[in-house]
Amino acid sequence: MHHTIEVENLTYTYPGGHQALIDVSLSVGPDERVALVGPNGAGKSTLMLHLNGIYRPTSGQVTVGGLPVTDDNIGQIRAWVGLVFQNPDDQLFNPRVFDDVAFGPLHMALPEEEVRRRVDAALDAVGMQDYADHISHHLSLGQKKRVAIATVLSMHPKILVLDEPTAGLDPRARRSLINLLDSMERTMLTATHDMRLVADLFTRVVILDNSRVAADGPTGDILSDGALLTEHGLEAP
Amino acid sequence: MIQLQHLNPTEADTALHRLDPRVKLIVALSLILITGLMPSGAFGAYIALFALMMAEAIIARVSPVLVVARSLAVLPFSLAAVTLIFTGPEPYLAALPVTGWPISEPGLVQCVSIVFKSLISVQAAILLIATTHFTTLLWAMSSLRIPGVLVAIISFMYRYLFLLADEAARLSRARDSRSAVPAGSPVTARSLIFRARTTGRMIGSLLVRAFERSERVYNAMLSRGYTGAPMQIDPPQLCPRDVLIGLIPVLIAASLLAISLII
Amino acid sequence: MSPILSAPPAPPPMHAPDGFFSVWLSIAGWIITLVMVGLAIRNTRSQLGERQIPLMGIVGAAIFAGQMLNFTIPGGTSGHLLGGTLAAIILGPWASVLVMTAVVVVQGLLFQDGGLLVMGINIINMGIITSFVGYFTYRHVKKLFKDSRGGMLAGAFAGAWLSLIVTSAFAAVELAVSGTSPMGIALPAMVGVHSLIGVGEGLLTVFALSFIFATRPDLLTGEAAPGQKAAGWVLTGLLLALAITLFAPLASPYSDGLERIAEAFAEPSEVEIAPVGFAVPEEAVFNGKFGESPYEILPDYTVPFLGESGASTIVAGMIGVLIVFGTAVGLATLTRVRKKEELST
Repeated sequence: MHHTIEVENLTYTYPGGHQALIDVSLSVGPDERVALVGPNGAGKSTLMLHLNGIYRPTSGQVTVGGLPVTDDNIGQIRAWVGLVFQNPDDQLFNPRVFDDVAFGPLHMALPEEEVRRRVDAALDAVGMQDYADHISHHLSLGQKKRVAIATVLSMHPKILVLDEPTAGLDPRARRSLINLLDSMERTMLTATHDMRLVADLFTRVVILDNSRVAADGPTGDILSDGALLTEHGLEAP
Repeated sequence: MIQLQHLNPTEADTALHRLDPRVKLIVALSLILITGLMPSGAFGAYIALFALMMAEAIIARVSPVLVVARSLAVLPFSLAAVTLIFTGPEPYLAALPVTGWPISEPGLVQCVSIVFKSLISVQAAILLIATTHFTTLLWAMSSLRIPGVLVAIISFMYRYLFLLADEAARLSRARDSRSAVPAGSPVTARSLIFRARTTGRMIGSLLVRAFERSERVYNAMLSRGYTGAPMQIDPPQLCPRDVLIGLIPVLIAASLLAISLII
Repeated sequence: MSPILSAPPAPPPMHAPDGFFSVWLSIAGWIITLVMVGLAIRNTRSQLGERQIPLMGIVGAAIFAGQMLNFTIPGGTSGHLLGGTLAAIILGPWASVLVMTAVVVVQGLLFQDGGLLVMGINIINMGIITSFVGYFTYRHVKKLFKDSRGGMLAGAFAGAWLSLIVTSAFAAVELAVSGTSPMGIALPAMVGVHSLIGVGEGLLTVFALSFIFATRPDLLTGEAAPGQKAAGWVLTGLLLALAITLFAPLASPYSDGLERIAEAFAEPSEVEIAPVGFAVPEEAVFNGKFGESPYEILPDYTVPFLGESGASTIVAGMIGVLIVFGTAVGLATLTRVRKKEELST
């Protein structure tokens, strides 16, 4: 049961009064891959920040792996949900690659040997095993995105939540990142504008528009519904 | 204008590069301290210290020319000590033409001593940073009891410094490319305010972006279990061999100090 | 690769290399700095919580980057920001101390812009003094104008300008005490130059602040910064220490350095009469002590209970400064403790 996300009637209002999410319900099953699409400002990022308790619902509930997101469960849930932010320069806040990949395991209070083992394994998984001692600032965007994924893989997450994983990448780096994501067998929820990525990788699509869920269904059905896509400012791949 | 370029550690893998960074940090500080304690006018000792620095540079395979050239960046500051030449006591060597200010011998000695000591000190600092990566220095600092919060702040600063510097450079180019007042034109009070306003707004926008980034980074930290306390892998044990190696230059410098105080 | 960064062309006293301040003064500088950094960490923790580290680190990087933005000022030179006052207005004085400390450390270590042994003094000059002087001037001027936007900007200008004046006076005193530059020259030169540079600092601070105020007024958290009373005592301590070092010489009959140097410049032939108080006994000079003893600029400066030897005078002077400063910090801590008690009862 660790691999599921349940969002029930989630409404979130920013302190300034802006309603970013209105009555959003969504459920992601074990090993399911769901794409979250919709125009900028639709509430995608706000929703993602709810999935590991950085934001808390104004009303409604979020449940991860059967556990409600509360202060008591927060440590466990943050280890289960690997959240990869859009800009890797926000995700990689240590000067050195190693320290960023080790950050999560260290805060899980794992012993040093286990931390090192996990760092090696995570960097290996994203094909960056030779870069542990490199300075993040010197990496290319594609390399940074890979390391950013490694920083959550080292925590052994059950669920990967990614924000715009392919944004800004050149075609080659984009393709190699898609292959990397495809090789990972995990529950995955990804916000993206990249409709070709959606077609290649995801079995289900959720359209979020104007703070609400506008559509939710199998990728084939959604991408073939031209009228629906146009209504929400999207394009078929 | 002092033009300094950020120095990266050299690629070589020498005994000095491998030395424990805690030892290197303390050795560099000790050498600077000893240099500072050297009496004024002990030029023989200064030359010996300089030779010591150059020997270290050669061992570390850092170009001595580079070390000396970079250390010359302190020279503009020497202006602060130049006054000593004209305000020092007798005996006077000569008087400056036109103004007639007397050139004091002790003042001159004192001034030259300060400049020499300063050059040697900055050379020690250059050798430290040329053989040690900044991230290594950071953990050395925290294991030497510099408060962890401060070290963590410095680490963040180092991480985002180049990113924001790039941003500042972009802003600066954008400003220059559409500036109503070209860089070389005469400055009037009005144009001064105009320039300050443009630059001030750029600084403001850098700060706003820094704030916004810090929020996103904070979220990224929270997502990975951050609870407010800086954490890192325990540093390795200090190896006695490294301490012994570190003692060599310190002992040489200390004996130089002892000799010049006795003489 | 990392971009080529040109270090900020800082005005002379601001990034002193090693060698220009005496060793003992440098060590005292480190002690004061470490105490202040410790207090700052405690104070900002309650203010910013877990955000403390990322916020201050990244704002520090922005201040550093902001220092690289030059703008042309008269005389063919260029002005740039120091930033202590700006950081203090935005984040509060204690957070600013930490931000500026990080800036000075990185400049010194990574760019050799400022020495390592004298780093404590550089942090005091560029971080601590600018933060507190700038912040308090800002607060009081702003209050005077009933917290209007104009008052805020006037306060920012006054704070930034004054912070450079005060810190340059400190730097001059430190140079004089170290025997690097006679007070009679260093003080007017430093303060004079910085009263101009301060205008640039003031303008940049005002425009940066008004930009932030216009776009994200919610970011100006400095208003709610804690430990303001404590910070007030620190400021008082700093200013008292400065006043003592500055005006003690003026009280002495022989030491009107300014007047003396003026005479010397006017009539070079009469310069034999010990210019600017360098009435050092020649033995002292050739013992290598010349220039290391601060109060030899004041030949008749005596501390009765300590005798007249050079060494004891230095010690006396330093102890004096430390006592004043320590008292201030002590009072600061007391205020804090009392406040906590009030809260808990």
